[in-house]
Amino acid sequence: MRGDTLRKVLPKTIPVFIGYLFLGIGFGILLKEIGYGFFEVFLMSFFIYAGSMQFAAISLLKAGASLGTFALTTLFVNGRHFFYGLAMADRYKEKGWRKALLVHELTDETFALVSSEEDMTSEERLAVSLLDHSYWVLGSLLGVALGTAFPIPSEGVEFVMTAFFVTVFTDQWLTRKDHIPALCGLFTAIVCRFLFGSGNFLIPTMLVLTVILLFCSGRKKA
Amino acid sequence: MIYAAIAVTAAVTILIRFLPFWLFSGKGEVPAPLVRLGAVLPPAIMAVLVIYCLKDMPLLGPSHALPEILGVLVTSASYVWKRNTLLSIAAGTLLYMVLVQTVF
Repeated sequence: MRGDTLRKVLPKTIPVFIGYLFLGIGFGILLKEIGYGFFEVFLMSFFIYAGSMQFAAISLLKAGASLGTFALTTLFVNGRHFFYGLAMADRYKEKGWRKALLVHELTDETFALVSSEEDMTSEERLAVSLLDHSYWVLGSLLGVALGTAFPIPSEGVEFVMTAFFVTVFTDQWLTRKDHIPALCGLFTAIVCRFLFGSGNFLIPTMLVLTVILLFCSGRKKA
Repeated sequence: MIYAAIAVTAAVTILIRFLPFWLFSGKGEVPAPLVRLGAVLPPAIMAVLVIYCLKDMPLLGPSHALPEILGVLVTSASYVWKRNTLLSIAAGTLLYMVLVQTVF
């Protein structure tokens, strides 16, 4: 990574730095609380690198869920990443390991940064992606360290995840004119929560929602 | 077995991230229904994830889920006011933590 590239993109990534550190620490503390350490936290933050799914995995681990449940939950929680790739498919022309890193590191926050500027160079996009990934790994390891070092009152720290999604939801509500998709999501999730119960509603919600949205968006443009 | 769970979760995540590039990279021919779905899914999914986070909130319990409800309201309202993601996450989470640790 060249020095001038780093100087140019580092300021852009500061909000992600603070956010990932904060969320990462929360994740590290929670995984530590159910009995795991640096190694497991590193594996998850490096290879999964998806905040919402890593938090969901904590609940699944606690519940002793099957591998099939892990796979399906991942499919539905991280399914949205498919559409980030869809949006970047024409812009990411790199090859080899650079391409692999860019694609694997395309999280919500990184996508927000690299997709918002059309004239960002390949070098800058890679720098943003690598920085964000390192913040997440660093934060989660720090969480394990803090959880170990201080018996801080961490009850309620899991709310960082809820608050994070609330800010993204609020931001999309404010920046988009069409509120129908957000309302469909809220309505479908709440109905399915009461129909299927708290342990089983995510997958039916996503299936029903995909059908509703395909139908609605198809009709509107037709 | 946590390592098997991590391997499966990582494999599915990586598959999801690479799939669009395998399918559409360079061809510029993304099917129209998928493009439209890609445009409307993010806000819908955020709504689902908010509900997913709140799925176990004790509406009928002694707290009547007030810490959750107030935490969400403060997070959202402060975001509308300041448009600062980190500030809102910190405000909502700290309020929630104080409420569950000291009040309820």
